[in-house]
Amino acid sequence: MAKLDFDLPKLGPNLEIPVLQPDAMLGDGPFVAKPDHQDKLGFPGELVDDWQQVAIDKMGELLGKYRSFKVYLDSCVKCGACTDKCHYFLGTGDPKNMPVARQDLLRSVYRRYFTFAGKHFPKLVGARDLTEDVLDEWYNYFHQCSQCRRCSVFCPYGIDTAEISMAARDIMDAVGKGQKYCNEIIGKVHKIGNNLGLPEPALIDTLEGLEEDIKDDTGIDVKLPVDVQGAEVMLVTPSADFFAEPHIDGLIGYAKVFHQAGISWTISSYASEAANFGMFIGNYENMRKVSQRIRTAALELGVKRIVFGECGHAWRVAYSFLNTLAGPFDFLDNRYPVPQHICELTNDLIGRGALNLDPSANDDKVVTFHDSCNVARASRMGDLPGGQFEIPRAVIRASVNRFVDMADETIRDRTFCCGGGGGLLTDDLLELRAKGAMPRVQALQQVVDDHGVTHMAAICAICKSQFSKVLPMYGLPMDMIVSVHQLVGDAIQLGTKD
Amino acid sequence: MSVTSILFALAFYLATAVLVFGLLHRIVDYARTPAPLKIPTTPAPTTRSGVVVRMAEEVLLFRSLFRANKWIWLFGFAFHVALAVVLARHLRYFTEPVWLPVQLIQPFGIYAGLVMVGALAMLWLRRFAVSRVRYISAPSDHLWLLLLILIGASGLAMKFVAHTDIVAVKAFFLGLLVFDWQPLPTDPLLLLHLTLVLALMIGFPFSKLLHAPGVFFSPSRNQADDPRERRHLAPWAAELENR
Repeated sequence: MAKLDFDLPKLGPNLEIPVLQPDAMLGDGPFVAKPDHQDKLGFPGELVDDWQQVAIDKMGELLGKYRSFKVYLDSCVKCGACTDKCHYFLGTGDPKNMPVARQDLLRSVYRRYFTFAGKHFPKLVGARDLTEDVLDEWYNYFHQCSQCRRCSVFCPYGIDTAEISMAARDIMDAVGKGQKYCNEIIGKVHKIGNNLGLPEPALIDTLEGLEEDIKDDTGIDVKLPVDVQGAEVMLVTPSADFFAEPHIDGLIGYAKVFHQAGISWTISSYASEAANFGMFIGNYENMRKVSQRIRTAALELGVKRIVFGECGHAWRVAYSFLNTLAGPFDFLDNRYPVPQHICELTNDLIGRGALNLDPSANDDKVVTFHDSCNVARASRMGDLPGGQFEIPRAVIRASVNRFVDMADETIRDRTFCCGGGGGLLTDDLLELRAKGAMPRVQALQQVVDDHGVTHMAAICAICKSQFSKVLPMYGLPMDMIVSVHQLVGDAIQLGTKD
Repeated sequence: MSVTSILFALAFYLATAVLVFGLLHRIVDYARTPAPLKIPTTPAPTTRSGVVVRMAEEVLLFRSLFRANKWIWLFGFAFHVALAVVLARHLRYFTEPVWLPVQLIQPFGIYAGLVMVGALAMLWLRRFAVSRVRYISAPSDHLWLLLLILIGASGLAMKFVAHTDIVAVKAFFLGLLVFDWQPLPTDPLLLLHLTLVLALMIGFPFSKLLHAPGVFFSPSRNQADDPRERRHLAPWAAELENR
């Protein structure tokens, strides 16, 4: 592996709170979107002349539209409960990566322009003018937040820094300073239908190749159908699943589940992407437009159910927002939740005895599970609160014999982000990603040492890509990270139920 | 009737108006601002009654803070409970006859006052001693703690150091309630105590003390986790559908 041009934090036996290192992550932030990327999303191509006024107006608009934004800006008492909760702070020591300090980058401007105290006594309450330096600081540090909501779990008022960073990005897009990575991708979704920009013929070609691979491996004809009219289920999955390891093994797992359960299903070439980066940039209109594709595709294909593949923030948008953004879904079969997560579907099938799983097929592995932040803290599976923790674990336990959880304070709703979520999975932020992964990797290393864990399963395309990249930096194997449905796919005994 | 009494009488009417209307204005504003998306921090209750339980745990026990940091929880919780007892104890200055529960807590009020000042002192100490908390503290964060400590200390001093004529103080406040002004004793400690309370009342609606109403409007805590079962649509978002 190429030598890193930054120092990785050391993995200790315990997770230590770092000494403050002011400006440790000072910088220009990720690549700025080009005019072409901005235009496609309805944003100005470059910084507009009267950007300060536009920014303040936009902030005022968002204060009127989002109760979360307004209440969270007012309510913080600076108690410090969140200060040691962010993985980026723990990994970098930069005080501006403490959630409250990150919020304050924007709160200070809010106070200056929207509150009595800040208008008349700015020094007293830490209010400041919106200058070009402040805008640059916003751009840098609001792209060091993966919107994972870990801080919101611990805040006595539930203040969610993700809401603040989404608003900040929406304001920056409105003045013409967008992020290249997110905005270029959203443009591709609007134009082609998925984040990768994979056109329909290439998609069909890829899936046919996979069918051949499965046939070679198992001797069974497992189909990966595209645009099949009248199928029971439309699967919406992150396009990474069509493209690379370890994602693609998860897709093969879903296909085997549908095959053995005898459920007719299809992928839509029009809505060939579960991800919705509109959430990352905090832009309701873009998020809605991306969501509407799924409704349109479901109507055109005449399916009865919508099932989402393994993708963290996509599941947040699907579970929490899809009904709002693209509902109502009264044209679907209401005996199933709309939408349904692939883990819910597989777990139900396991419960009904519809799948024949042999966990000994995975006896070469000791598996742990990484709770992806958006699934853990912003969604649910099943009927009971916390099902988002239990159901994936139940699916894994049915597919492997040896399962070990990581330390309690690093899983479930206290899980650490992989370090690449929230629109930060880009190589121009590699240092941040590597350092931000430290708390998770520390907990992982502990179960590797103590329990001989060989694999970490996840249900998020971003987590999988991120870990493939950063685990080797910490001396762990790249292929340690696997899809939950890879484990299912390997355990499933094809040909025994047909 | 002294000029001091008249000034304090007017000041209390003004401060009460600022506190009540300032808070009402904020609360109405929060209530009218839509929450367009379902964003409860999960796992979250799936029903409204479950949300009431969750909110009660937050407001009465500071559950999230307890999970976050035991020291902040200890001092913060001790301060708020003690403040509640102290405030309840002070109801004796506004009621005649004094309500039974208020009579019963009188002996605890003094201990609560001591706990309140002690907890505030520890919270303030953290602002200096813990570098992370020092970093995030603005001057106003220090001043609010100082103000509360001085209010508590001046109150306790009237118990332990220099008594004031509390019968006259009570007559003054009962008089304010029925617009029948009575003279206020002019002991320096009492006037200091009351002046600081006036500052607290006036500053409240313009400050971070808005966390008190704010917590009830926090979408991550007050929303039920039911987006698949019930379609949630803000008025401005509904307008997008008609385009």
